Amino acid sequence: MTADQWIALVAGIVGGALRVGAPFLFVSLGECLTEKSGRINLGLEGVLVLSAMAAFGGAYLTDSAWLGVLIGATAGAALALLHGLLCSLDRVNDVATGIALMLFGTGLAFYLGKPLIQPQAPQIPAIALGFWSDNPVVRSALQLNALVPLGLVLAVLLYWGFAHTRAGLLVRMAGDSANATRALGYSVSGIRIAATTAGGFIAGLGGASLTLFYPGSWNEGISSGQGLIAVALVIFARWSPLRCVGAAFLFGGAGALGPALQSIGVGWGYHLFNTVPYVLTLVILVFTCKPGSVAIGSPGELSSTR
Amino acid sequence: MRSALKEIALPAFAIAAALLVFGVLVWFAGVSPVDVWVTLFKGAFGDWFSWQNTLQRAAPLMLTALCVAIPARAGLVIIGGEGAVVLGGLAAAALPYALPLPANVAGTVAICLAGAIAGGLWIMLAGWLRQYRGINETISSLLLAYIAIGIFKHLVEGPLRDPASLNKPSTYSLPEGLLIHGIAGSDIHWGLAIGVVACVGLGLWLRVTASGFSVRVVGGNPRTAQLVGLPATRLILAACGVGGACAGVAGAVEVAAVHTNANASIIAGYGYAGILVSFIARHNPIAIIPVAILFGGFGAAGSLLQRRLGLPDASVLVLQGIAFVLILASEGLRMVDWKTLLRNRMPKAAQPKLVKERA
Repeated sequence: MTADQWIALVAGIVGGALRVGAPFLFVSLGECLTEKSGRINLGLEGVLVLSAMAAFGGAYLTDSAWLGVLIGATAGAALALLHGLLCSLDRVNDVATGIALMLFGTGLAFYLGKPLIQPQAPQIPAIALGFWSDNPVVRSALQLNALVPLGLVLAVLLYWGFAHTRAGLLVRMAGDSANATRALGYSVSGIRIAATTAGGFIAGLGGASLTLFYPGSWNEGISSGQGLIAVALVIFARWSPLRCVGAAFLFGGAGALGPALQSIGVGWGYHLFNTVPYVLTLVILVFTCKPGSVAIGSPGELSSTR
Repeated sequence: MRSALKEIALPAFAIAAALLVFGVLVWFAGVSPVDVWVTLFKGAFGDWFSWQNTLQRAAPLMLTALCVAIPARAGLVIIGGEGAVVLGGLAAAALPYALPLPANVAGTVAICLAGAIAGGLWIMLAGWLRQYRGINETISSLLLAYIAIGIFKHLVEGPLRDPASLNKPSTYSLPEGLLIHGIAGSDIHWGLAIGVVACVGLGLWLRVTASGFSVRVVGGNPRTAQLVGLPATRLILAACGVGGACAGVAGAVEVAAVHTNANASIIAGYGYAGILVSFIARHNPIAIIPVAILFGGFGAAGSLLQRRLGLPDASVLVLQGIAFVLILASEGLRMVDWKTLLRNRMPKAAQPKLVKERA
C-alpha cells in the first residue's frame, strides 16, 4: 500500500468513527438514561429506525433539516413513551415489550417510509474538521455531523445531572431501589416513564443523524441492529454517560472499517468486515460480564442483569 | 376449562383489537378498513390457492417459533432465530459441495440434519455465553444473528457462489433428487409436516418426559431446580440446541423446498415473526401450530394488500407489531380478578398509603 492509501484508510476510519459513531452516541446515551432508572429498552432499535424515518420525512416536508431533527426526536420519544407505559402495567416484562416495540417501530417506519425512499431531504450541516489538509480524501472523510458536538454536551450534562441534580438522583434512586423510592413518596413508574421517554428523545437524535447526515437517505436497512449494540455499549460503558462517548466512537470506527477498506480498493470480505461491530460487541461482553455476578456500576433494579 | 377459555380468549381479543387498530391506521391512509379485513381474510384463507400459500409460510414459522419457545421454557429469551435459519439454509446448501450425497430421501434427510446441526450449535452458543460468561442471551443471540447474516452473505457471494447466478448471488442449485416436494401435488411442501411433527413432538416432550419436565422446572423456578440437583446448564444448553435445530431445519427446508439454492431471499424475517408466534402461543409448542397458520395467513395476504389496495408491503409488519404490543399489554389484564373488580371496583389492595405522607 502506498502512503496515500494509508492516509486515506486512517482518515476513513477516524472520520467513519465520528460519522458512524454519532447514532451510537445518542442511542447509548438514551439507553443509559433509561437503564439508570431501572428499566431496559430493547425497543430503542425500533426507536432508532422510526425516528430516522420521521426525521427524514420531516426534513423533506418542512424543507428544514433542524425541524426534521426535532420531529425525529419527538417520534422517538413517543415510541419510548409507549414502552414506558406498557412496562408500567402489571406482569408486563420490559425485555418482551422491548422486542415487541422493536418489531412495531421498524414495521411502522417501513410502512410510513415507503414514499421516502426516492426523494432527497435537506441535510444537517457539516463541520469541516479536515481544513488543515490539502488532501481531498482527508477533507471529505473528516466532515463532522453538526449533531455530534450536541451529543458531547449532552453526555457531560447527563454525567453532571446524575451526580448533582435532584432529577438525576431520583432517576438513580428508582434504578437502584424501587422500595426506597416508594418509601420517600415518589412514583417509581412515573420516574421510569419520564426517563424512558427522555431516553427515546435522545435516541431519536441518533435516528436523525442516520438519515440526515450519513448515509443521508432513508432506506429500510438503515439501522440493522445499531440500537441493540447500544444496549451492549451501555454495559461496556458501565452506565456512565462519559464512557458512552468513547464506546460509541470505538464502535463507529469498527463500523467504518468495511467501507474504509472498500474505498481504498480492498473488495475482499466486505460482508465479513461489516460484522466487526457485532463481533466486537460480543467480545467486549465476554470480557466485561462475569457469570454469577452483576456488572460493575449496574443499576440494582435492572431486570437484564438479575 | 375456565382457564383454558381465558388462555384463548385474551390472545384472540388482542388480535381482534390489533385488526381494529390496523383498520384505523389504513383508514388514515385513505383505504377502507372493511376492504382491508376482507382482503386479509381472502388472501389468507379465502380459497385453496390462498390456503396453500398460507400453509407454505406457516411451516417455517412453526419451526422458528420453536426456537423461541423451547429456550423460553428453560427461562431464556432468545430472539436470534433468524441467524439459525440463515446458517441452517447455508449448511443445507453447502453440504453437497462437501460430500457426495445420494440423490434420494436419505440425502434430503442429510441436508436437513446439516441445517439442524448448524442452527442448533449457533443458538447453543448464545446459551453457552449466558451460562459460562454471564452474557444476556437476548442481546447475544441477536448479535449472533447479524454475524450469521454476514457470514452467509460472504459465502454466498464469494466462495460458494454459482458463477452463473449473475443478478442474484446464489449457491449451486440442489440436484432434483434432494429437493423437498409438495404434498400430494400441491404447493404445500413436506416442511409443513416437519413443522407440525416438531411442534407436537416437542409439546409432548415437555409435558410427558422427565427431561422435558426438568427443562420446565429450570425455567420456572431456577432455585427449586438447584435444590433438587437438576443439571441446569446442561438442560439450558439442550433447550437452546433443540430450539436452534428447529430454526436451522426451517432454513434447510426453505432452501430445499422453496428456493432450491441458498440466496438472500431466505433472509425473509421468519426468525423475527417466529418470536411473535411463540409469544402469542405463550411458548406452548402445540399452540404454536394454529398461531403459525394465522400469521402465515397474514404473510400470504400481504402481497394481495399491496396489489389490490395499494398498501405498502410493510403493512403486514405493522399489523404484526400492533398485535405483539397488544398481546403483551393484555398480559397485564390476565391476572385481574374480574369478579371482584365488577363487584366493588377495587382491583386489589392498594399500596401501603403511609409512603405518601412524607413527601
